Amino acid sequence: MTAIVVTGLGVAAPTGIGVETHWSAILAGRSAIGPITRFDASGYPTRLAGEVPDFVARDRLPGRLIPQTDHWTHLGLATAQDALDDAKVVTSDLPEYQMAVVTAGSSGGTEFGQREIERLWRDGPQHVGAYQSIAWFYAATTGQISIRHGMRGPCGVICTEQSGGLDILGQARRLLRSGSRLVVAGGTDASLCPYGLVAQIAHGRLTTCGDNARAYLPFDADASGYVPGEGGATLILETAESMRARGVDQHYGTILGYHATFDPRPGSGRPPTLESAAAGALADAGLRPDEIDVVFADAVGDPALDHAEATAITKIFGPYGVPVTAPKTMTGRMYAGGATLDVATALLALRDQVIPPTTGVYSPAPRNRIDLVGAYPRQDRLRHAMVLARGHGGFNAALVIGRQLTAHDDQGEATWRK
Amino acid sequence: MAEVTLDDLRRILRDCAGQDESVDLDGDIADLLFAEIGYDSLAMLETVSRVEREFGTSIPDEAVQEMVTPRTTLAYINRRLAEDTAGSAA
Repeated sequence: MTAIVVTGLGVAAPTGIGVETHWSAILAGRSAIGPITRFDASGYPTRLAGEVPDFVARDRLPGRLIPQTDHWTHLGLATAQDALDDAKVVTSDLPEYQMAVVTAGSSGGTEFGQREIERLWRDGPQHVGAYQSIAWFYAATTGQISIRHGMRGPCGVICTEQSGGLDILGQARRLLRSGSRLVVAGGTDASLCPYGLVAQIAHGRLTTCGDNARAYLPFDADASGYVPGEGGATLILETAESMRARGVDQHYGTILGYHATFDPRPGSGRPPTLESAAAGALADAGLRPDEIDVVFADAVGDPALDHAEATAITKIFGPYGVPVTAPKTMTGRMYAGGATLDVATALLALRDQVIPPTTGVYSPAPRNRIDLVGAYPRQDRLRHAMVLARGHGGFNAALVIGRQLTAHDDQGEATWRK
Repeated sequence: MAEVTLDDLRRILRDCAGQDESVDLDGDIADLLFAEIGYDSLAMLETVSRVEREFGTSIPDEAVQEMVTPRTTLAYINRRLAEDTAGSAA
């Protein structure tokens, strides 16, 4: 089967806007976690977050779209544009029905929705804007990207919380195998408004720690929950053939394997299924565990969930069998945006042959028998990376990525096609 | 009697539906189709709703179909406002 390549990246993360800005912040171990500034959060139990700095919608988006869409869609539109530019896509050269858009979001347009709900209760129904009908719901970002770039191929949105950021890449691969030539696959979330934060606080996994450096410590003995983050990344996926047909050769890497599972219901006594997701992605990629050189962990920051993840990793790779990292310690947990950003970061790790750090974790819980990469980047020979994600409610996904294709791979592919 | 001017319409459009960079909204737009200056049916619904609130009138949703250019829109709205005034005077 033809290779699936990633030809473009767009990033808007707490660690910065733009692929290289984000990557250099991550390698330098610069945490972007700080007090929430998008609203006055002083009265809430969680007051820290990873916010996207210096994002000015007016500089990045058509003026018409700004009042019509939520901040989360602004980030999705901006990263989609950056990714298309990065991939040197000229949309007018491609058949409109063979360009697809798949995004992941886990909270929709909460900030926009809150504003309109406030108008409803304060001023009455006549004061609710018409754009509320399209701005809040999960598919809004997909729809706006599709309209803006004239992409009329299969479009959709996947709402599986953090896993969605990987599930979109599985879905993009399906579309490329069934006739689409190019897929814009983006995960973004931005829910740092009172309504959005309260919804997140309700499930009890946000930290209440007020110390930037101690608030989000996955796999640490002092793990206390996680810090929410906003932003995400958009990837351009194509088959190697479609990429070359455009006269482009430059790409970040390949999507080799994907698998998703759903956990048994709580109280069933059966174990969670992250391990099956990881094993399934390996099998799908046709790789052995020892061919994976780094795992980007889901890293919830909850002691029990961290232990469950460490156990899944250990069962497949053996105790301390593979380097594990969680650069999301620097961004907070960005839900659907987080997993897609991890894939972008992992592609850069393969490109530069360096594993990004996990900041702040100085006393890993000994029961988690994993080789957690610490506060500094680790140079290593990296052939393949695995990214793990768990979505609240029982979703699990794993993705395996590889390095850029070489002339040798092309030969192999050509031989295979005969 | 209150009358909605082209400048009022420009202000309301900008405020509620934004502005396309490729369009000079301050230029001679009276006879351009809304589609040409970047406003779709949802933008018109929102605009009409703002006019209703600001000028204290009521405009049926179907009327949006008549509002294809700023000129036809202003004509419709101002006719409506004149009818309101006549109605309350009678």
